[in-house]
Amino acid sequence: MSPWRQLGLRNRRAVPLRALPVEPVERFRESVIEAVGEGRRLAALFGMPEGDDRTRLIGILADDAGGELGATSTVVGDRYPSLAAVCPQAHGFEREIAEQCGVVPEGHPWLKPLRRHDPDHLPPARRAPPADREAYPFFRVDGEEVHEVAVGPVHAGIIEPGHFRFQAHGEHVLFLEIMLGYQHRGVERLLERGDRDRSVLVAESIAGDTVIGHAGACCGALEALARSRKTPRGQTVRGIALELERLANHLGDLGAIAGDVAFLPAASYLGRLRGECLNLLMALSGNRYGRGLVRPGGAAFDVTASMAAEMRDRLQRLGEELDPVLTLLFETPSVQSRLEGVGAVTRAGCVEHGFVGPVARACELPRDVRHDHPWGIFRFAHVPVATMWAGDVLARALVRRLEIQRSLAFTIEQLGALPKGQARVDCGPLRPDELAVAMVEGWRGEIVHVVITDERGQVRRHKVVDPSFHNWTALALAVPGNEISDFPLCNKSFNLSYAGHDL
Amino acid sequence: MLDWIRARWQQGIRTSGFPRDGVDLPDRFRGRPVRDPARCADGCRSCGGRAPSALLTAGTDGSVAVDVGACLFSPDEAAACPEGAITYGRDHRMAARTREGLRSPTGEVELARALEARTRALFRRSLRLRSVAAGSCNGCEAELVALGNVVFDLARFGIQFVASPRHADGLVVTGAVSRNMRSALERTWEAVPPPKIVIAVGACAITGGPFAGSPEVADGVGAILPVDLWVPGCPPHPLTTLDGLLRLLGTIEGDGRGPGALAAPPRHG
Repeated sequence: MSPWRQLGLRNRRAVPLRALPVEPVERFRESVIEAVGEGRRLAALFGMPEGDDRTRLIGILADDAGGELGATSTVVGDRYPSLAAVCPQAHGFEREIAEQCGVVPEGHPWLKPLRRHDPDHLPPARRAPPADREAYPFFRVDGEEVHEVAVGPVHAGIIEPGHFRFQAHGEHVLFLEIMLGYQHRGVERLLERGDRDRSVLVAESIAGDTVIGHAGACCGALEALARSRKTPRGQTVRGIALELERLANHLGDLGAIAGDVAFLPAASYLGRLRGECLNLLMALSGNRYGRGLVRPGGAAFDVTASMAAEMRDRLQRLGEELDPVLTLLFETPSVQSRLEGVGAVTRAGCVEHGFVGPVARACELPRDVRHDHPWGIFRFAHVPVATMWAGDVLARALVRRLEIQRSLAFTIEQLGALPKGQARVDCGPLRPDELAVAMVEGWRGEIVHVVITDERGQVRRHKVVDPSFHNWTALALAVPGNEISDFPLCNKSFNLSYAGHDL
Repeated sequence: MLDWIRARWQQGIRTSGFPRDGVDLPDRFRGRPVRDPARCADGCRSCGGRAPSALLTAGTDGSVAVDVGACLFSPDEAAACPEGAITYGRDHRMAARTREGLRSPTGEVELARALEARTRALFRRSLRLRSVAAGSCNGCEAELVALGNVVFDLARFGIQFVASPRHADGLVVTGAVSRNMRSALERTWEAVPPPKIVIAVGACAITGGPFAGSPEVADGVGAILPVDLWVPGCPPHPLTTLDGLLRLLGTIEGDGRGPGALAAPPRHG
């Protein structure tokens, strides 16, 4: 029995850092590879400076079926044998470790820059040369009539910056490489400054469409480290806000998908209904994206009785207005034929690479943090997990349609049965030398924040994993074999975060 | 087809009456911050170091100024003052032509005046803009997209986001300008034919926002491009941005409320 299994780590339950196993690097590799082989997921793998010139690698392993987390670690110098060749889930994490910590995963099959920045988690006695932010070795396909299409970082629409490099034969895409990092703002270092108020504001700005999700994970980790009391009312208000965020984004994305297949009626109606969800968040928190609501210790704004009644009415009306629009969208044959069979991800690919959220659920993988690692209100009120099987644009859209209906039912029910008590309590100081993992099912999938404190109870390491970190690979795998003109549609069906990936 | 018509009928007309009609924002909406000097005496440092943004700045003489451009519109910034001197009003109007126009002792903003007559004559009654996100969180971009929905319907004012900088009259820049986006931003700017304008949207584009001080960002677009309109917010409400854009075009003047606020359409000879 490997030592990491008995750690007692769960979503939002902190453990002492000294309980975290430190294994020799070979044993560490075996532990992680073995656990992933048994069906666990690598929820996070990251480096933390240890002593003057060493780096501690920490892996967080999620057992979705058992609702438990495992963690193990090893201490390395400036290189270690890579896991990615045998464990593709480690692919992105190891590129990140190379870039952040200046530690080379030897034998990594695709060791390219991830975000293109100087190492910002180097041990104090180590030096590394500045990163070359321009040079990037793109994969190329050579051959007669094979051509390359480069898109971005400045796109045609109002979109975040990223670069897409297609290798194509006529309209047919052979390969897609996605180069990101344009939105890199140095988020993790900012979270490690030791100023809690500012950290929560930074967490709210990791991905501006996932304010509630990231603030919830950040505060969840801080509360676990502080052993903060949780009030049922505060947890419920947060849960309602999380589902409103999901509603707004799913509605907006279905509208955008409708727009991309030139079905403008649904695009217009859904665009407005998205706004109605944002306006509900604004009524609650004073901001259309819910900024200012989720704070350590609970929710900074309570839902008054009259507000709850009004919100319920508005959500019920929204449901009534929405039904005919969704029927229109999904039952129009010309729309269906544009969504079906496009941009498919396989179930095996999801398992191998560790994709999360609606991308995995559209491949019949019922991964959902609300169900697998429930926290707060989701421990008591269950939202059924929505799955489809085809893994294509249509399946992802249908998953979102189901989730819209279930989130609507959830919010309406919870607003009618708000627990009594305070919405927020004092969070208190963080315990020293501990590790906490907080996970949230954001609308794109699993958000992970890992926070480790030092001997004074200050934040020593704050690791952020946005669902997009995993799922950008899914897009890169889904597009080859499709027409290049279907790329916008594929892209929209994932709608991944550049900012969340780039941090 | 009948279903389409029925859905169209059910949805009705949803475009807001802005700017002719008033603005209806909820009670908790956090608009322009207001400082009460009576509760925040010059030289008082009780919020010192606790405010999570550079909302309050102290002059060399000890006088305190409110920088609406640095405001993240969070409840924490107001709560940092134990005297309760900082509150959020419900005023959505706060776009200014100059950076200085966002600073004042009480949070007043020198609301944007119209572009110079010659530029406006060239642009006619339209404005074509290219959006560049440069080290943002996607919040401001999401609100720019929302400006195009049927409620705000930006296009009815002759304003449109275009696909190429070569088709644009100017740039809308969001984000703190990350090191990795700087050259792309500069090249996009060079591709816009003159006369051209820059609109900085959101706290990040103005001061770096929550990312200010990070070695990976430039703390805003002001140090890189000449800015013609500053739109505070985190992110700015679509009406804040719309108000600023319409002031730039001279469509809104004065307090921007009620029918009298609409300026006569500019004449072209």
